[in-house]
Amino acid sequence: MTQLLIEAGRTEHQYWRDLWRYRELFYFLSWRDLLVRYKQTVVGVGWSVIRPLLTMLVLTVVFGKLGRMPSGGHPYALMVFCGMLPWQFFSTAISESGNSLVSNSNLISKVYFPRIVITASSVITSFVDFLISAVFLVALMFWYRYVPPLNVSLLPFFVLLVFGASLGVGLWISALMVEYRDFRFIVPFIVQFGLYISPVGFQSGVVPARYRLLFSLNPMVGIIDGFRWCILGGPSNIYWPAFALAVIDVFVLVASGIWYFRKTEQTFADVI
Amino acid sequence: MFDAPVAITIENLGKQYTLGHQRDRSDGMRHAIEGAIRAPIAWLRSRRQQKLQRADFWALKDVSLEIKRGEVVGIIGRNGAGKSTLLKLLSRITVPTQGRIRIDGRVGCLLEVGTGFHMELTGRENIFLNGAILGMSHSEIVRKFDEIVAFSEIEEFLDTPVKRYSTGMFVRLAFAVAAHLDPEILIVDEVLAVGDAAFQKKCLGKMGSFAQTGRTVLFVSHNLDAVRNLCRRAVWLKRGRLHQDGEVAEIVEAYVENISSERAFSYTNADYGLVIQSVVLKNGRGEQTSQFFPGDNLVVEISYHAEKRIEKPILALGVLGVNGPCFTSNMLLDGHRPNRLEGSGQITCTFKSIPLLPQNYTLKLIVRTANVKDLIIPYQDVAYFSVVGDLAEYGYKGDFVTYAQHSTPVVVPYEWRLPDGCTVAVALTRPEAAGVGSRRVRDHL
Repeated sequence: MTQLLIEAGRTEHQYWRDLWRYRELFYFLSWRDLLVRYKQTVVGVGWSVIRPLLTMLVLTVVFGKLGRMPSGGHPYALMVFCGMLPWQFFSTAISESGNSLVSNSNLISKVYFPRIVITASSVITSFVDFLISAVFLVALMFWYRYVPPLNVSLLPFFVLLVFGASLGVGLWISALMVEYRDFRFIVPFIVQFGLYISPVGFQSGVVPARYRLLFSLNPMVGIIDGFRWCILGGPSNIYWPAFALAVIDVFVLVASGIWYFRKTEQTFADVI
Repeated sequence: MFDAPVAITIENLGKQYTLGHQRDRSDGMRHAIEGAIRAPIAWLRSRRQQKLQRADFWALKDVSLEIKRGEVVGIIGRNGAGKSTLLKLLSRITVPTQGRIRIDGRVGCLLEVGTGFHMELTGRENIFLNGAILGMSHSEIVRKFDEIVAFSEIEEFLDTPVKRYSTGMFVRLAFAVAAHLDPEILIVDEVLAVGDAAFQKKCLGKMGSFAQTGRTVLFVSHNLDAVRNLCRRAVWLKRGRLHQDGEVAEIVEAYVENISSERAFSYTNADYGLVIQSVVLKNGRGEQTSQFFPGDNLVVEISYHAEKRIEKPILALGVLGVNGPCFTSNMLLDGHRPNRLEGSGQITCTFKSIPLLPQNYTLKLIVRTANVKDLIIPYQDVAYFSVVGDLAEYGYKGDFVTYAQHSTPVVVPYEWRLPDGCTVAVALTRPEAAGVGSRRVRDHL
């Protein structure tokens, strides 16, 4: 028989056991979001290819053709797409998961389950889009008749990193959004601003050396560089301090995100 | 006596809410940032001001309860008495401010029918989604799928998006999913407020059978008859505290007595300057009461004060039983409206010899302006009363008279003409007023 003790001023001991018990809910909520997302659309899932495709074209034209930025000897479009893949994931994940608690407020005020499931599954939903875009990247490589180097076997590690970064930031924003709806306006700003301070449309190499470390404080720098290093290869693409900083950043984001989320979670139903 | 193990122990439970002002809320972020930036003294001052502006109130305080396994407990009380708060604490939606709860067994919660349904998804998809949200595993849902569909009676529309469903279909499906959650402790809140009478009955039946299998049920409802039928024990909450706890019939009776004797209802509409000071129920002898016999006169006295003149308002009263409306007096239909309300006054409506079976009833009031569209007082409960009495005195007989408490409550006088040539008249008229209510007369042809 399961026993449960609820006591004022004490966090639950069973949190992680509960999370395990509700593990199927991760799947069901992501599945719901995916099902709903493209209902009553004509193009449907096509949108998760069209969006990155158009952004890639714009960035290639602006940075590659007009700005004549270096591409390290690879087709500019391919170089851009390697950066866009993690960036697009990160940006949709934080926008979607940021809103996730507020848009599921009816659930939060009526049913109990670990709330982290909501935020995490919206990150998972964005991850599915990421996988679809990744298929497109493979198609792009065929188009350019490009064979990736062996480094590509390390790609899962960077995927894990970008997932962690998205989850960490998502947890922070979603929990903050419950009380401060201001974040509804802040998130689009972060996303827009982030595109310029992350090496999406260009390579990190173009950043002057003395600003490089400052630039690398952004975890997405290390992650995007990592993606390029795995897919395009070459020593020029990896900058170790950026990589180390990214790992530290992600670790701090996830740990602090979980901490803050857990701290505020109990009052979600009262505040939302 | 057999002592069943304890399923739920509640000790000194309390929940405090802070009622912040709406304005505080919306720029809470600015406050927080300002607070951090400003000088510490100013920061402290602003904090103190904030504290003064806020009002703390205890939605629940010092509640201790022990519920044994297999008990079916009804929780009653007015709106705002803390019933929902208690359920929210038990179901872990929110955490207590003080005290503790110990629960032995898997808890299933039904706080609102249809939580977690997504309008864009089909019935089939929603069964899976909702099941998972309520805590069922995928395999459990697959196993119970057919049962759920059969219970909800929506087979043909299984692959139609829920947004195209009628309200009735939606509610049926939602309840069906929740009813097949198989917990050891079931917590149910006012889910039966929706759906038609037949379906409400089905839901009650489902909960009844659930209780019979020795599982614990906590049931919150305004439907006192349902509480009385389903539960053996009742807990009465009043202003966040436990007021009474005991055998269901006793508590419900005391509660009905209390809510009808308190001159509880009053209503002010500042826009129209109308105050309803009280709504009082009296019987035919002019005694204020909340208990009537079948065939009594029911006198409703509405005392008002109109600060501004109100031209030709439209009043309507409705008497509702457990399963819905019984009868009404409606100025909108009969057209007999007061020319104006000005100053203090009274409007009285007498329902003559109410033909109601012994059950619980609600009186509702609505006041509209002359243009019909605008509401001065929205349709709402203004009084509660019960009809009591021994039907045998009215000529009712047989072993099944007790079924009267579930019957359609209004009895229009009627006559049976039986094959043996007998005519039997049945009417709910006061025995002392009209002799015997039902008379059997030999028809000599």
